[in-house]
Amino acid sequence: MSEKPRVAFFDFASCEGCQLQVVNLEEALLDVLALVDIVSFREAMKEHSDDYDIAIIEGSITRPIDVERIKKIREQASILITIGACAHLGGVQRLGNQWTPEENKAEVYERHPGSEITKGDDNPFFAQPRHRAVSEVVKVDATIPGCPIDSQEFAKVLIALLTGKKLPIPDYPVCVECKKNENICVFELGGFCMGPVARAGCGAPCPTHGGECEACRGYVDHPHTQAHAEVLKKYGLSPDEIMTKRTMYNYRDHEDKEEGSQ
Amino acid sequence: MSEININVEHLTRVEGHGNIVLNAKDGTVEFVQWQVSEAPRFFESFVRGRPYTELSHITSRICGICSIGHSLASLKATEAAMDIQISEQTRILRKLATHAENLQSHILHVGYLVAPDLLGAPSVIPLASSHTDAVLTIVGLHRLANEYSNLICGRTVHPVSLIPGGFSHIPSEKQLKEMKQKWIDAIPNVVAVAEIVLANAHKLPDFNRETEFIALTADDDYALYDGDIGSTDGGRWPVEQYLDITNEFVVPHSTAKYTKHKRDSYMVGALARFNLNYDKLGPLAKEWAGKFGLSPVNHNPYMNNVAQLVEIVHSIEDTLAQIDKLIEMGVDVNERPKFEVKAGRGIGAVDVPRGILFHDYTYDDKGICTKANCIIPTNQNHNNINLDFQAFAPTILDKPEKEIELLLEMLVRAYDPCISCSTHYLDVQWKR
Repeated sequence: MSEKPRVAFFDFASCEGCQLQVVNLEEALLDVLALVDIVSFREAMKEHSDDYDIAIIEGSITRPIDVERIKKIREQASILITIGACAHLGGVQRLGNQWTPEENKAEVYERHPGSEITKGDDNPFFAQPRHRAVSEVVKVDATIPGCPIDSQEFAKVLIALLTGKKLPIPDYPVCVECKKNENICVFELGGFCMGPVARAGCGAPCPTHGGECEACRGYVDHPHTQAHAEVLKKYGLSPDEIMTKRTMYNYRDHEDKEEGSQ
Repeated sequence: MSEININVEHLTRVEGHGNIVLNAKDGTVEFVQWQVSEAPRFFESFVRGRPYTELSHITSRICGICSIGHSLASLKATEAAMDIQISEQTRILRKLATHAENLQSHILHVGYLVAPDLLGAPSVIPLASSHTDAVLTIVGLHRLANEYSNLICGRTVHPVSLIPGGFSHIPSEKQLKEMKQKWIDAIPNVVAVAEIVLANAHKLPDFNRETEFIALTADDDYALYDGDIGSTDGGRWPVEQYLDITNEFVVPHSTAKYTKHKRDSYMVGALARFNLNYDKLGPLAKEWAGKFGLSPVNHNPYMNNVAQLVEIVHSIEDTLAQIDKLIEMGVDVNERPKFEVKAGRGIGAVDVPRGILFHDYTYDDKGICTKANCIIPTNQNHNNINLDFQAFAPTILDKPEKEIELLLEMLVRAYDPCISCSTHYLDVQWKR
């Protein structure tokens, strides 16, 4: 019997790109394998065991069957880690929570033959609740944010967990890393950026490649959202446009506020 | 009296969730089915209300493995809707992006997901000990393909440099030259992997079922980034007519929509492209097809794995040629798109690693998306997989149950399905 911690990967509603980022560790993945035994990783291996210590979860929690599945995983695992924006925030698909499940189904299916079977909630698997983050359903011990996750950050967090060190997830905004890359500020270039409130750790790849930060890693612990909104307004964004900008990955924040005000 | 009951829930070493069910009694198949149980996300619904600048970023999240392909199809749809023209430099860089993704995705599939079946291992992890050199070679090629994607697209999973009208970041001539040299140096490694697959190719079942193959096709190119819709049953259509080809419909045992054209089903992907566009392959790619005895039109779905290998070689050959073309033109790293936002509907098609992909958007005059339709390669293959099952399963019932299971798993895996891409809803009232 091996003494190494046993690790299992599980995915829910997602693109599986974060698990791919684990595979994308390439040769370094072999080093990770020296520290842990991967006992389940459906995307990459046929071997499977339900005896694991660490569960790594990708994807948002969507249906009652998914809730049951994640609860079982939580019961088994001593440590539960989420990877990526779907598990962390509910993912871009959380934008679908603006509509009811029936409205979403109608938009996607009604034009096709056979679509009548998609209607209603007769099938318990088909009764679709809203997209939720894993932490809204079970306790999460560590969160690796990002869409997708950064491969190197994944390795660092796993090693920190195994050695009992503080998790190396920064609590400062993406602007810090963007400045380190010596980029001209997105606002100065005429763009609109979430960098001032978004959590760093990604190395700011989007502004560095001529894009804008979309806050896929969520916000820092105490984001100055009001000040950021003022900046966006100053640079010409309407209140609607500011809301669009914020909700791409952080619709949860908006949803919570809506529910809180009701 | 013999009974066979196979139920492979959540098939492994594929992207997404699917099940295989086979019930047979006394040598007769009573029931066989490929089921798709992936959780739905409803992209076509929730992109409504989002600005055109976000569309390729959002729809890229349909799939982690083919996020570059989704981005490109998305951008082409947006550009068609707004009459945005792209430069020759952008066109070539996007071709490089399709090659980078094809290389990354095919190496992952052939090297990490299929090779274990051929070498008799449950996954690549035990192979790291038993076939260390081969695994390290494959890992090295996969790393290079990702480095290539990073260079062209800014990031390999969910690209950042691909934007409406062009690129927000362009690699330098020096970087492109270095990338070209790396692929030249990698050719012996690709050949080494191909030799291993060739030595084990006899383990791929000789199963043939005539079907229709659909892929992009072009006069002057092995079509990946651009072309018309072509069929091995004859016919060529502009991509704007895609709805006449795909004819989506809904079935109870699959959370993904099904498609059909002239027959009951059709196949897309590397084998479809090979069958339609063989003449346009590079010389080394053709040489390797010959070594495997692969020639068009081939109706064995297991040979999709070999077609992917042939395409790996082709994508390297064309990468070298396209980089030369860019260098000859001179790379303008400061080129940025200029266009006006306007209302309209546009359709974009790209042939991505798993086959032909369509995005179709309608925008209002502010560039806000009001309607979207995405038809994903794996959707188009599910029906063909099911019909393959029905034809193939009765011919292998004399084999041990474990072997039947493996052969059916290998059949699904050969299609390299990307199930989370293809899935819209779930209905698994499954009682048999």
